This record gives sequence, structure tokens and C-alpha cells, in this order.
Amino acid sequence: MFSSTKFNFIIPIISVILGLVAGAIIMLIFGYNPVLGYQALWNGVFDSPFFMSETVNRITPYILTGLAIAFAFRTGLFNIGAEGQVLVGWVAAVWVGTAIDAPAFIHLPLALLAAAAAGAFWAFIPGILKAKLGVHEVIVSIMMNYIALHITNYLIRSVLTDNQETTEPVKQTASLTNDFLIGLTGSRLHLGFIVALLMVLIMWVILERTKLGYELKAVGYNQHASNYAGMKVERNIVISMLISGLFAGLAGAMQGLGSFGNAFTNTAFSNLGFDGIAVALLGGNNPFGVVLSASLFGFLKVGSLNMSTAGVPNEIIEIVIALIILFVASGFIIRWALLQLKKGEKK
Amino acid sequence: MLDILYSIIPQTLFFAAPLIFTALGGVYSERSGVINIGLEGLMVIGAFSSVTFNLLYADALGTATPWISILVAMVAGILFSLIHAVATITFRADQTVTGVAINMLALGFGVFMIKQIFGKGQTDFISQPIYTTDVPFLVDIPVIGNMFFNNMYITSYIAIVLSFLAWYVLYKTPFGLRIRAVGEHPMAADTNGIKVYTTRYLGVIISGALAGIGGAVFAMTISQNFSISTIAGQGFMAIAAVIFGKWNPLGAMGAALFFGFAQSLSVVGSSIPLLENVPQVYLLIAPYVLTILALAGFIGRSVAPKASGVPYVKGSR
Repeated sequence: MFSSTKFNFIIPIISVILGLVAGAIIMLIFGYNPVLGYQALWNGVFDSPFFMSETVNRITPYILTGLAIAFAFRTGLFNIGAEGQVLVGWVAAVWVGTAIDAPAFIHLPLALLAAAAAGAFWAFIPGILKAKLGVHEVIVSIMMNYIALHITNYLIRSVLTDNQETTEPVKQTASLTNDFLIGLTGSRLHLGFIVALLMVLIMWVILERTKLGYELKAVGYNQHASNYAGMKVERNIVISMLISGLFAGLAGAMQGLGSFGNAFTNTAFSNLGFDGIAVALLGGNNPFGVVLSASLFGFLKVGSLNMSTAGVPNEIIEIVIALIILFVASGFIIRWALLQLKKGEKK
Repeated sequence: MLDILYSIIPQTLFFAAPLIFTALGGVYSERSGVINIGLEGLMVIGAFSSVTFNLLYADALGTATPWISILVAMVAGILFSLIHAVATITFRADQTVTGVAINMLALGFGVFMIKQIFGKGQTDFISQPIYTTDVPFLVDIPVIGNMFFNNMYITSYIAIVLSFLAWYVLYKTPFGLRIRAVGEHPMAADTNGIKVYTTRYLGVIISGALAGIGGAVFAMTISQNFSISTIAGQGFMAIAAVIFGKWNPLGAMGAALFFGFAQSLSVVGSSIPLLENVPQVYLLIAPYVLTILALAGFIGRSVAPKASGVPYVKGSR
């Protein structure tokens, strides 16, 4: 028999395989060669140091938005507002990065802090409304996403620039990019992945090694029991949203101080926050699981851009990712099938 | 002053119609105990299928095309929602997770198919959209005629009539009672001989049909083409309308009308004397800020159907 921790590993792996197989079948149906398609996907990432670094740059914000959503989930909250928190974090980081002159060891941390604070503030509003008034956090977060979109556009056009759609690049002292890495890869590979991995550790420590984390998880399991046990449920909801927003805000900083090095107006969302939901779920809401699933997402997303060389529309990868998530969600049936197989072997 | 109302009311109904359809679907799904974050994706499928059908068959079907396109979208929405139903009800998958997957799947599938059929990522504009009409006779009524019956989309009227119908079915018929029962306490419903799985399937299928129609109405009246960014958040606004409306069809309609009103303000606002000096950004964020204030101020605690989000396992306690 499989133990349940074994299932936690086996189900995602089987789901990924099933998803890729389903993608191959779809390619066959529409007359594409799946072998060439997946080869192009693989080469799209591993053919050159440039694209490998692009992949790392793609993985970094996914880790952070994945953490943001996973953290809130563990407290029983659905932070669908990561999207907006990324945007405000992005603009806050670029604002500090362009407006202030300071040595790097002050400037960069300050810009990161600004992004984290902006994201946390953006998540604080749904958190406090949920805690004090019982307003559903999902609807407030959705509204906060749109408010973030319009306000950041306004700030970029009217405050950060004079009616431009793109800001100045952030000063080198606030940039996450690094001449050595740029020279090595020829890409914009930046040091953000260190920040992201640090946050992975921080989330693990908070959840598994502190009283706060224990309380947060307890509130997630059962609010009434936690309340009865003397935990301050309202305070824990707010704290959980603050930390979640902090992670999402930092994801924005990765873009603003690293991958793009500036901020620009958007007509629609970046989808980093929405994809983060999928990253968190595939990673089982576990910080280390999030790293693995974010890596898979980054790999598939960057690699898919090369699939057009094999003539395959890159949307096939969106379909594959969606199917993988569907299979993970339906883990119950995979588990059931595996147990049937085991039984069959015994006879 | 009246002129402002003459332009705002039809605009409000114009923007609200797709949201009303989709939100009604959301109400039925959630009332039966299945959270449907996938409304966004179902709208994408509705928009994709209706636009594709419209482009391919406009020559053959003439002015009937947009209406048949909406029916096609309804069927497509039903088929797609079955994925959600099978995964969440039969396979007991996490409903939020599945909904997120539906959103990604719908967008990937829609754009993939557009590239297959038309060879590009964005369709042409449809030649047979739904046009505005003046309602005969009623439009001649002074004041009211200009407000409610001039330059209107028939789909807006259908949406409002359907809301009342949805309310009637949910609260005044045995079927509605069953939907509410399996969403509130599935085990009690099961003991009373209500088929929990079948009822939940129906709830999800209804949401698929209505969200498909919602997406199609958006495509036939507002966007008139399909691309990756055609449906950008309308499904999430519909979810907001469901919660705002406290899981009641008429409440959801009211919330959708409010969103439509706020959206029309940001379009019409610059021509209103009182608002013309207000910076655009305030008008743009107004609908969302007002929604939050309304929720925090006087709507208060919104409590979901009790069993919403919980898979039902027969025989478990």
C-alpha cells in the first residue's frame, strides 16, 4: 500500500505525465508531430544559457505568487488578489528604484521593502474587512485587483512620468541585475531567485516552527475550534493576508527591479497572480512543493515559445498545464485506480 | 439632467447583460453546492464558440446568425461545464482548483482553435452582431420611453426577465427547493430521497449554459470578435455579483446592474457637468471602490450556502 505522503508525490508526477500525453494526443489529432513539438519545447529552454536564464527569471515570480496563495490557503483564505498585489509591488519598487539616490546596500533593500509593504497593504484591506465585518475576501480581492490596475496606470502616467506609458529604468543601485550574471549568460538573469528561495525558507519556518504558524494553520482547519481554544481568529486572518500580500508584492519587485527593470502601463492583468493559484495548488500549498511546481510552470511557459518552430501553436501548453491541474485535483480517482492496480497484482 | 439618464440607463443595461446571465449561472451552481470559479473560462468558451459560428455561418443564416450563435454558445458552455461537474462531483476534486483549471483550459483551447480555424490569434469582426432596437409603441411614452425602450439591446430585456424566472424557479418550485437543499445539507437531502449527484450536475450544467450565453452576449454586443483578451475578468465580476447579491438571483441581477451602471459612468462621465472635472482614474476605480464600501457598509456578512465547496460522499457522516 502507498502511504498518504507517497501519494502526495505520486499524484502530481502521474498528473504531469498524463497532461503531457494528453497534449501529445491533441497534437496528433490536429496533425502536428508531438515528438518534434516536445523537442522544440525542451530545446526552447535548454539549448542556450540565454533561455535557461530566461526560464529562471520566469520561475522567480511564480515561486513568490505561488507562496502568496499557498500561505493564504493554509489559513483557509483564498487570496485571488495576488494579481493586484503584484502590480502595486511592481510600481512601488520601481518608484523607489527611480526616485531615490542611495548606495546599493540601502537602495535595493529599500526598494524590495517598498514592494513588500505595498503588496501587504493591498492584501490588508480584504483581510481586515474579512476579519472585522465578515466580508468575503474573494470579492474584495477581485475589486482590489481592478483598483490596482487603474491606480498603477495612473501613477505611471501622471506621477512617475510625464504622460509616458513606460517609466525610466531603475537606478543600478536598486537593480537586481548583476554584471557578472549578464556577462555569463547574455540575458537579464537577476538575483531575484535568491530572494524567492529565502522567502520559501521563511514561509516554511513560519508555518512549521513558530506558534504563529501553528495558530494560522489551526484557524485554517477550524475557526470555531481555534476561537474556543483562545486564539485570536480575527488577528490571525489579518496577519495571514499581510504575509501573503508581502510575498505577492515581492513578485512584483522581481519584475520591476529584475526582469524588466522598469514599470509600464497595462490594459489587462499580467496573470502572474492567477497563475500563482495554479502553482500553489500543484505544489500542494507546501513551500518546497511550490518551488517544484513554479519550476515546471516556468519551464513549460518559456519552452512553449519555441514550439512555433515546430509549427505548433504555443497555446497547447496552456491546455497541458490546465489538464495537469485537473488531474491533480482529481487525485482521488488516480489514487483509486492505483489501489485497484495493487489489488490486481496481489491476485 | 434627463439627457444624462437617457444615455446612462441604456449603457448600464448594455454592460450589465452579460454579467447578469453569467451571475445567474453562478447562483445556480453555488446554490447546489459547487463553487464555480470557472465562470470566466465558461464565458471564454461562450465568446469563442459564438464568434466562430457567427463568422462561419453568417452568409448562410443572415440576420438569425447572432441568435443561433448564442444557442451554440449555450451548448458549448454546457459541454465545458461537464468537465467541472465530472471532476468536482464524481471525482470529488477541489472545486476551486478545478475552476482555475477550467479558466486556463478554456483560454488555451479557444485561442488554439482560433489559430486552427482562422490561422491567426485574433478573429475578424463579426458581420452579424446584435444591433440596438427601439421597442415599438413603448418608445413613444414620454420620458420613460427614452430611458428604457430607446436604442436598447433585446438581450438586456431577456437578462432581466430571466432573473425573475430564475428567482421563481429557485424559490417557488420543487426543483429549486432540491437545488437549495443539496447545497445546504446534502446528507439530509439524500435521506429525503433527493438525488444529490444528479441535482448538483444540473446546477453546474445550468451555470455552464448561462455563462456560455453570457460570454456570447458579450461577444455579440460588446467585443464583436474573439481574441485572448476578449473576456478579461468579466467572469470574476460575475462571481463578485453572485456574492454581492447574496446568492439570490434577483440580488445578483441588482449587483450586475450596479456594476453596469458604474462602468457606464466611467464611459459617459466625462460628458456629465458635475463629473467632467474629476480625473479619469477616480471614475475608473469608482465601481470597485463603491462595491467594497457597499459590502463593508450596509450589505455586511455574506454567508455562502453551507455545503458549497464540499464534495458529497454518499454514506459518509
